[in-house]
Formats: sequence, C-alpha cells, structure tokens
Amino acid sequence: MAEIRVDHLRKAFGEFVAVQDSSFTVEDGEFLALLGPSGCGKTTTLRMIAGLELPTGGAIRLGGEDVTYKRASERDIAFVFQLFALYPHMNVRRNIGFPMLSQGVPKAEIRKRVEETARLLQIDHILDRPVSGLAGGDRQRVALGRAIVRRPKCFLMDEPLGTLDAEFRDVMVRELRELHNRIHATTVYVTHDQIEAMAMADKIAVMNHGVIEQFATPREIYNRPASMYVADFIGSPPMNFLRFTAGLQKGARIARIDGADVQMPELRADVAEGELALGVRPEHIRFSDASPLRGAIYGAEYLGTNQIVTVETAGGLVRARLPAERSYRIGDRVGLTFLADRLSLFDVRTGRAVPSVLHEGVLARDTRHREVGDLETSTREARHG
Amino acid sequence: MSSAKTSSVTAAHSVVEPSPASRRIAGALVILYALVTLVPLAWIFLTSIKSPPDSISYPPKILFTPSLEGYCNLFTTRTRQTPDYIAALPPPSGVCDAVTRERNMVIAGPSNFLPRFTNSLIIAFGSTFLAVSLGTLAAYGFSRFKVPLADDLLFFILSTRMMPPIAVAIPIYLMYRQLGLSDTALGMMLLYTAVNVSLAVWLLKGFIDEIPREYEEAAMIDGYTRLQAFFKVVLPQATTGIAATAIFCLIFAWNEYAFASLLTSGSAQTAPPFIPTIIGEGGQDWPAVAAGTTIFLVPILVFTILLRKQLLRGITFGAVRK
Repeated sequence: MAEIRVDHLRKAFGEFVAVQDSSFTVEDGEFLALLGPSGCGKTTTLRMIAGLELPTGGAIRLGGEDVTYKRASERDIAFVFQLFALYPHMNVRRNIGFPMLSQGVPKAEIRKRVEETARLLQIDHILDRPVSGLAGGDRQRVALGRAIVRRPKCFLMDEPLGTLDAEFRDVMVRELRELHNRIHATTVYVTHDQIEAMAMADKIAVMNHGVIEQFATPREIYNRPASMYVADFIGSPPMNFLRFTAGLQKGARIARIDGADVQMPELRADVAEGELALGVRPEHIRFSDASPLRGAIYGAEYLGTNQIVTVETAGGLVRARLPAERSYRIGDRVGLTFLADRLSLFDVRTGRAVPSVLHEGVLARDTRHREVGDLETSTREARHG
Repeated sequence: MSSAKTSSVTAAHSVVEPSPASRRIAGALVILYALVTLVPLAWIFLTSIKSPPDSISYPPKILFTPSLEGYCNLFTTRTRQTPDYIAALPPPSGVCDAVTRERNMVIAGPSNFLPRFTNSLIIAFGSTFLAVSLGTLAAYGFSRFKVPLADDLLFFILSTRMMPPIAVAIPIYLMYRQLGLSDTALGMMLLYTAVNVSLAVWLLKGFIDEIPREYEEAAMIDGYTRLQAFFKVVLPQATTGIAATAIFCLIFAWNEYAFASLLTSGSAQTAPPFIPTIIGEGGQDWPAVAAGTTIFLVPILVFTILLRKQLLRGITFGAVRK
C-alpha cells in the first residue's frame, strides 16, 4: 500500500476543462471519497490516477514515485469499474486470477491466492461459475476480488455501487468499509452519493466544475462547509441559507436578518458591505414563540423518527428538522431560533465561508492529523467564476 | 383492483404478441418463400443425378433413374473407344469406370475440377482471413482512438463499395499484368481482400463499438499492454461479429465470377468460371455442370450452418442496438 499525492493536477479536453489545479494527498491506508455531481471531474481525476487518462498538467505520485506519465499497467493499482467490467468470457476464478497471470505468478500460487481472496469475500462457492449469470452483489464481490487479489499499491473505485438497488447498496457500503478496515488499502472512491461518501470515507473531497471545493473529514465537511456549494450539496435536506445584506467587522457576533438579531460564531475577518448568507442546518433550528425571527408554516414531511417542517420567512423557505411528536398546521406563525455556535456565514459574492470561531475549532482539532498541502486546498479561493 | 390489473396485462399482451391467425399467415408466407428459393437448388441437385439424356428431355422428368454420370464426368476426362476395344478391357474397377463404358468411353484422366475447386478454397478462405484480420485491426483503431479525419476516412473506405468492383476491371487487369499478378492465387486473394475490407471495417466497427472500453481498461490496469488486452479481452468478445463478417466476406469471395473469369484462366482459375465450361460430347454436359454446382455449394452451406447464430446476429445487427 502507498500514499497517493496529487499536485496541481489539470485535465482539459479541448476547450473544456474537466479538472483544474487539484492538489490533495491520500495517506497510506486512508479511504478518500471524491464526491460531486456528474460532470464535476471526479471520474476524470480517478482515471488520471489510474493512468487511463493523461493529465494536461500537474503530477501524480504513488508511494513517492512519480507515475504521471506511466502506463496504467505499470502503476500497480487496482480499479473497480462502475459496471464492474468482469471479463464475460472467463469464469469467476479466471477473472480474479487474471491480474496475477500478467505478472507471471506461478499457477499454483494464483490458485491459492484466488481461493484466499474468494474466502475473504465469501464467494468461494461460485468460483467456477461463469460471470454472466451472477447477481449484482456477487459481481461486485468478484470485481473487488480481482482488485485485492494481487495486493496493489492502491484501489480506485468508480461508483461501484451505482448500479445496485438501494437496499443492497447499504449492505455493500458496510461490506466495503469492513473490507477496508481489514486490509487497510489506500482507496480513492468516486461517488455522487453523499451517504456512501459519509458512511465509508476517512476524507471527502467535494468537487464542482473541476475544482475541489473542500477536502476534509466527513464531520468537518458537514459541520463546517467551506463554501455554499458544499453546504448545499451535503445533507438532506441541505443547509438553509438566510440571505441578508450587511457589512460586518472582525469580532462581530450578531447578524441582523429581517429586523431580528441572530447570534452567530464570532467572525475572524471583516466582510465588506454586500449580500451575505447565514447557513443553518435543519437540525439546528428550534421553534420559539418569543423569537423575533418569524415565519409561517408552509408544509411538513413526517419521517417517523422526526419531521421536516418548512417555514416561509422573509428570507425565503427554511426547512427545520424537528421532533416528530408535535404536528403543525399550515399557515401557523412561528418564531425561529438557531443553535448559535453551529452557524456558518457565507459571502454570497464569492460563495466561500467567512472565517469564524467555528473554523478555529477546525484548526485546533485537525492540524495534528492534516498536512499543510491539504489546508491549502481547503482554504484556497477555488470557487469557479 | 386485481381485475383491473389483469385486464391491463392482457391488453399489453395483445400489443406485443401476434394473434394465432397472423402467426399462421406469417408462417405460411415464410414457408412459401423458402419453397420458392429452394426450387432452383432442388432442380440443380436433381439434374446432377440425372443421366445426360434425362437432363435435357422435355417435358422435364420428375421421376427418373438416378445416375452418377454427372459426378463421374465432372471429375474425369474421357475418350471414345470402339465397343470391341471396351469389351476386351478387364472388368471395370469402379462405378465411374462402368458408367463411362456404357457410353462407349474410357476414363483418360482426372479433370481440372479438383484443382479449380482447391483454388476457390484457398483464394476465398485466404482473402476472408486477410480481410477480417485487417478489418478487425482497423475497426478497433477507429473505434478506440482519436484518428485524425476518422469520419472522412471511414466514408472513403465505404465509398470504395459504391461503384460495382467490375467498373475498375480494366485498370486492374492492366496493373495485374504489369505486376505479374494475373492468374495467381495471391493476386486474386489481394483483389478480394481489397473489395471485402471495407465491408469488414464497417461491420466490425459496429461490433467493437458495442464492447465496453472498460474491459480493455480493466485488462490494462491488471498489468497487460494494449495489444495483450486486445487479444485477450477484445477479440474473444468480438467473435460473434468476426464470424458474421467472415461469412459475408467468404460468400462474396466464393461466388465472385466476373474478376475470376477476367483475371484467371489457368493455374489460378477458381470454380465459378470453370464450371460453366464443362463440355460433354455434343454440347453442354448439364449433369456435370449441375454436379459441379452442387459440390460448389457445400462449403458455404457447411460454414453457414456452423455459424448460423452469428450470421443471424450479423444480419439483424443495428436493429437491436441497446
């Protein structure tokens, strides 16, 4: 296993820039999820690491060795494709053994290791079946088996659960994470599904229009989104934005929205007069009759364990995650309060978060585990124009 | 609720499934068509087992005594002898010997049919192999790589099929004479390959386009070079397309008459220009011609039966694209 270091990676297809100036490091044994909507450049990034696309600029290092322009076959990596790409003319055993055949591993050794791998993945009973008749989950496991059998430097996975149905996906998410915990393989996992990314990854890189918007742990991404894009992409329902116009000084703790003063984490930078947005997670909202920030109930979705109540305010629709017990009548007027120390402030002009005490918490807690390069990425002004 | 569901299912069924009556009509039409196309084949086969007088009798004889004379005449040359000479010979050594003697003739030697038939086999299969090999490689290149002017090149390749090949017969004839390729198996193979390769490229490109790139990419990540990935992963996937393409190429090369009669006369002559020239005593030897045609049909028949599934897929190709 090895560390993957990506430096100022760039890929253009003619005029179209698929990936621009991406830098990040996946540490040895770490599980990174590249998360973003389709067309954001996550798959292109993965394919460049694999050697299936050549970068337009930048460098890729695998375990210290520069592999930027090396052939895929010389990189010693494994790749799990979205549609698994199991060789249809071979049975399960030959599929799993195929990577070792190219390395000239003796037949007996191949046999032994294929069987070990199959046991690990609990597919030893289907080794001699053709792959065409296999169920989705078994195909998935065979693809994983082919990836792990020769102990490569890292695993790259391109939406491997994309074609499975929802119920089975949960099972595979758990299996994949368990497998990772057992073999500690450096993994880069591409997905557009935030739940998969949050559930499995040690680190998530949220990508948008070829740019890494934020590179951080799932917790940090959720609690301290670096941009409005990340805040909006992660979480279901996503973060609420209360828009208001103001200029704030460093040290400010109050945002004046719709005539009401809202407490927020102390700012660590000045913000010039302009449109701002206060970001509030639905679960950080409570109803309080005393609050001056008012709105009317617009709708409610009952989810069993809790409910999502939509409130129409002067600043737009706000969705709150509330206990399921009380029921609300549409049109009722309510007051809203927020958990003051969990709010994010965004500058709408740049889309980036305004540094505050909230983010200092990040620094204090996370610098020990993180490299300087990562910090640069997550704080860089990378919002597209 | 359940009844509504059932009725909707039956309604959907009637759209997809043809009714028994229309099925019967369709079946009858297919059988009729098969009969119409099979009659000439049956006629040829029946003629090949008639005696020469039966073969030209009018009205044609449906019931007749089968004779191997056609086949005997096809494979042999014969000379006329006096009855006394034939009576003095030792007893006939085989069926053909006996049949020939009844007509007051003796077998003088083998005819040219077998070498011509062998020429046909070598030239048709050789050119098919060449056309399909070149076509597969070219189609793979067009399918997987950014070839400059790919569309124009593909159109150019296709355009070589737009005129009848025989339109260039005279230039090719002169060229072949200069190059010493006239009346050689190599010349005929190259010619048929040139005609077939455009068909092969187009057919195979469609088939190879259908093979997901991920297979090769997976193989390359698994440590194989692109060429190894091509042979180990792409080729096995393309066998259906290759088989269908091979049949089309083979049928063309096997049946080709115009170029063969123009460019070959002796050692490299193929069966199609040879068969009609079989002359018997007092005119065309129809049973021998029919026998030659019957034997000529066999290789294509066998090849097609062996690969009929692929052929069907090749014909319906494009109609069922995902």
